[in-house]
Amino acid sequence: MTTRTARRNRRTLQVAGAGTAALLTLSACSASDDSSSVKSGSSAPGSSSDKLSGTVTVFAAASLKESFTTLGKEFEKQHPGTKVTFSFGGSDSLAASITGGAPADVFAAASPRTMKIVTDAGDASGTPATFVRNQLEIATLPGNPDKISSLEDLTGPGLKVVLCDKEVPCGAATQKALDAVGLGLTPISYEQDVKGALTKVELKEADAAVVYRTDVKAAGDKVEGVEFPESAKAVNDYPIALLKDAPNADASKAFIALVQSAEGQKVLTGAGFLKP
Amino acid sequence: MTTTAKSDAASGTLRGGPRRRRVREGGGRGAPLPLLVPALIGLAFLVVPLIALLVRAPWRSMPEQLTGAEVWQALRLSLICATAATAVSLVIGVPLAWLLARVEFRGRGIVRALVTLPLVLPPVVGGVALLTALGRNGIVGQWLDSWFGITLPFTTAGVVVAEAFVAMPFLVISVEGTLRAADPRYEEAATTLGASRFTAFRRVTLPLIAPGIAAGAVLAWARALGEFGATITFAGNFPGRTQTMPLAVYLALQSDPEAAIALSLVLLAVSVAVLAGLRDRWMTAG
Amino acid sequence: MTETHGLAARTAPDGLDARLVVDRGAFRLDVTLTVAPGEVVALLGPNGAGKTTALRALAGLTPLTGGHLRLDGAALERTPPESRPVGVVFQDYLLFPHLTALDNVAFGPRCQGAAKAEARAQAAQWLDRLGLADHSGAKPRRLSGGQAQRVALARALATRPRLLLLDEPLAALDARTRLEVRTQLRRHLAEFEAVAVLVTHDPLDAMVLADRLVVVEHGEVVQEGTPSDIARHPRTDYIAQLVGLNLHRGHAEGHTVRLDTGPAITTAEVLSGPVFVAFPPSAVTLHRSRPTGSSARNVWRCEVAGLETHGDQVRAALTGVLPLAADLTTVAAAELDLHPGAEVWATVKATQTHAYPV
Repeated sequence: MTTRTARRNRRTLQVAGAGTAALLTLSACSASDDSSSVKSGSSAPGSSSDKLSGTVTVFAAASLKESFTTLGKEFEKQHPGTKVTFSFGGSDSLAASITGGAPADVFAAASPRTMKIVTDAGDASGTPATFVRNQLEIATLPGNPDKISSLEDLTGPGLKVVLCDKEVPCGAATQKALDAVGLGLTPISYEQDVKGALTKVELKEADAAVVYRTDVKAAGDKVEGVEFPESAKAVNDYPIALLKDAPNADASKAFIALVQSAEGQKVLTGAGFLKP
Repeated sequence: MTTTAKSDAASGTLRGGPRRRRVREGGGRGAPLPLLVPALIGLAFLVVPLIALLVRAPWRSMPEQLTGAEVWQALRLSLICATAATAVSLVIGVPLAWLLARVEFRGRGIVRALVTLPLVLPPVVGGVALLTALGRNGIVGQWLDSWFGITLPFTTAGVVVAEAFVAMPFLVISVEGTLRAADPRYEEAATTLGASRFTAFRRVTLPLIAPGIAAGAVLAWARALGEFGATITFAGNFPGRTQTMPLAVYLALQSDPEAAIALSLVLLAVSVAVLAGLRDRWMTAG
Repeated sequence: MTETHGLAARTAPDGLDARLVVDRGAFRLDVTLTVAPGEVVALLGPNGAGKTTALRALAGLTPLTGGHLRLDGAALERTPPESRPVGVVFQDYLLFPHLTALDNVAFGPRCQGAAKAEARAQAAQWLDRLGLADHSGAKPRRLSGGQAQRVALARALATRPRLLLLDEPLAALDARTRLEVRTQLRRHLAEFEAVAVLVTHDPLDAMVLADRLVVVEHGEVVQEGTPSDIARHPRTDYIAQLVGLNLHRGHAEGHTVRLDTGPAITTAEVLSGPVFVAFPPSAVTLHRSRPTGSSARNVWRCEVAGLETHGDQVRAALTGVLPLAADLTTVAAAELDLHPGAEVWATVKATQTHAYPV
């Protein structure tokens, strides 16, 4: 703990360039339990920027990569002296890392189930909040040459469809949507994650895949998205939580607040996410 | 073992006299401590994780975990594909090793580096590379598709291709090393007896390097059996067709770590049994 | 180059007619070989002289960079080794370790298209001829050195070659086996009706086994002739050492040969012009002090450089006005108190020297 404080102090000194700043930081630390500071951090960046410092470590689902990277840069701009570092990956393995003791401040998962692994282990501080939702979409080849317009079209003969494996969130959601309409669909492969499924379509090895809207958006013009009504039955909630052993709790709260703010939501919806 | 050696050494030092001999007794026929200690650490490093797997294995629920048809389907597919991939590697890898070892040509060093590239390539990247080459729209695959109607991705043959791609370098390196160590003059002797270079290779060189080929084949087989990244990327994951044990283990890990451990143990037991059997019959004979 | 001997001048197309040129940057081999069928020729020379390169060139294992190669009238320069009617007995035999003696010998006939049974029958005959019938089922590692050598010979002969090449055929054997195998090999070579060329650095092997010697040094033929001819008239220090003679070169005027290095030797022959003078080490007599009553005309002061014992003989290497090798009994050596650095006087009778034109 002493070393961490010392490190934070040094950083502050570099930024402020004055010895008195260290005292300010110390007082900010002692006041960090006050949750009101989080709100002020996001709503009035100018007034609180001198209070926040240090590094915020965020573990986030791979699908959040683009939007969270943008938000991280924004956060650092609003709060000079802070730094946001990310670890993007599969929600399952991230959850395993956190319960295994990885030093993280914030966890943003792609499913309530994976978040539950962390809350069950008692590693989250407070109740996780859903900050965005993600909906399934069919990814087809550019121009949709197979004229796919519904989930049922995927059962057509000779069509090569890949799905996520039922063990991973996107696969579970797909299964839920298929079950909702009582449709049996045999793919050529159950992929180990959503990127694997998308890649198969991008490389034109598969004709279609059921993936998230955000993935379709991120793939640009390499795939074409087809919305389907059943996706409403399998909307995925993305929860975010401050972790109990967060080394930098005050700045972390500010980051969570930024994600939930109107500004943050704009970035996320721009990437294809739905508002909670 | 380590503690015995250390305490013996320590007591020997205290008494001054028979230190060396005592270390020798403790450490097994004169192994010097600077070698013995790292050697034992190395052994522990490799063995302890496997022991941990055994200790934490859900022995009580094991029977239920392993009764599913999918387990045996995956195991059978793994064994078939690894063996087929080894066979493919032998048929095209041994001649490649011969070319690298025995024929002087420009750029041989570059070719050798290319051959070993799959060793350092992340297997997932290898899988993507295979897709771009042999996939439905790959630079070779599109012709395979339009001329012969052959598509490799998402098929069992695709699993064999992915495993062979990753495993063959092990065989080529092993066989090339054996060939370099083998006396090329035996081939010369054969040609003076009227044998063409191919006959000389088949009837003289091949039997001479058989132990090296066997060792390389075992390495390749073991690598193919554990292959994950290239397989799932190139051949996908479908039970009974392309879902090998490592894929089943990985996906089980997402939801049920206990099932994953149980599956891993089955794979481990089968490969240990096969390798031990081969070692007794082949490796020592050579 | 030296004058060619005997059969070299023949014009008949049978046999071997070759000029072997192999250029390898720093080393150049240029050797002319003419051998009649039934003749055994030994390529004799120090290590690195190019003997083995010449042999490999004949077998087609090393490509020629120039010259020609004709066997029984047919040009072979471009023929690959497997198509040449050439059999090779390699220095360490190179018997295929995974095959029995019988299958080693049957290998050649098999490659020439014989059926398996036929090839084995031929191989059994060859092994029988070489007295190896009892060992036909043995793997090479179970054979003694002499047996392995005969299996290698049988393997080479089983292809019915028109040119048999032997690379240091006895070098891999211990002294005792060597004597026995050498005698056997001589008998087998005498029976062989085509051309045989063997490579050796051992003069005794060469002289026992070959009808004619071709001495190669630095990639060139320095002398060729019958063993006795070469033993009596060595033309290089290497050959003189091989055959155990003191050899000096100089300019003759009557009975005196003035050596290129200064001193003179009195000889029995009367010659003029450039000559070689040769005399055996046994012709050199040593004295502790300058001899006075000796009739010897050649007296030199020398210093002992080294001593070597051969049975009850001691060979002394001497330095001084001219290098000499002298043989004396161990008793005589003890009486003279010979030791390296000792000063001695050496005498040689003119009648024991032999001078011949260069």
